[in-house]
Amino acid sequence: MEDIPEEEYSGGVVKKFMYVNRRAPHGSIYAQESLEVVLVGAAFEQDVSVVFLDDGVYQIRKDQDTSAIGTKNFSKTFRALEMYDVEKLYVEKESMQARGMTEDDLNVPVEVKTSEEIGRLMEEQDVVLSF
Amino acid sequence: MALLHTVNKSPFEKNSLETCLRIAVEGSSVLLIEDGVYGAMNGTSLNGALSDAGNRLQFYVLGPDLKARGLSEQDVMEGIEVVDYDGFVDLVVGHDATHACL
Repeated sequence: MEDIPEEEYSGGVVKKFMYVNRRAPHGSIYAQESLEVVLVGAAFEQDVSVVFLDDGVYQIRKDQDTSAIGTKNFSKTFRALEMYDVEKLYVEKESMQARGMTEDDLNVPVEVKTSEEIGRLMEEQDVVLSF
Repeated sequence: MALLHTVNKSPFEKNSLETCLRIAVEGSSVLLIEDGVYGAMNGTSLNGALSDAGNRLQFYVLGPDLKARGLSEQDVMEGIEVVDYDGFVDLVVGHDATHACL
């Protein structure tokens, strides 16, 4: 059997992955599923960015407590992203403003970007996944 | 006949709340549940429309759904009453019919 070179096993290609979240957290499964996929990308040591647009900004609102609606409080998982080296979290300024929110309302450190800046970041990606 | 309208979608994603405000007649009630509770928040671009509608409609918002989304009573617009699950049942029983504006 032919030997396969070592380098094909280790390392591998690193691509720039952007995950775009535009949905509120508890009314549908999109937000929770997105978070799962972000963790998969991180496990494969890809260059991961996570963007929160429109109602997606509600996903990282602090003090979420789902005990009375009987669902999983996955908002806490966003705080664990740092351990998976997912540190590029971006929030669109315009989306927060329309919803009466500021950076103080969020439960994770993020970079607040304008629509234009988010658009430019998107242009730099190899893969853009939408939720 | 007094109707109870329930709205369960975010007003920033769907126009359910907008439609509800358009069709709800004076004296009826609107209960914001699930993602609809975002419509009750202070400081949003929708506050004007809700304040205007508050002159003819009674607004309620479901507390457990607020809490799940990191919102407290302090985040809710003045004039919107926070109710719990028992309050939800009382509203349904207290109106002639319920219209779920999905």
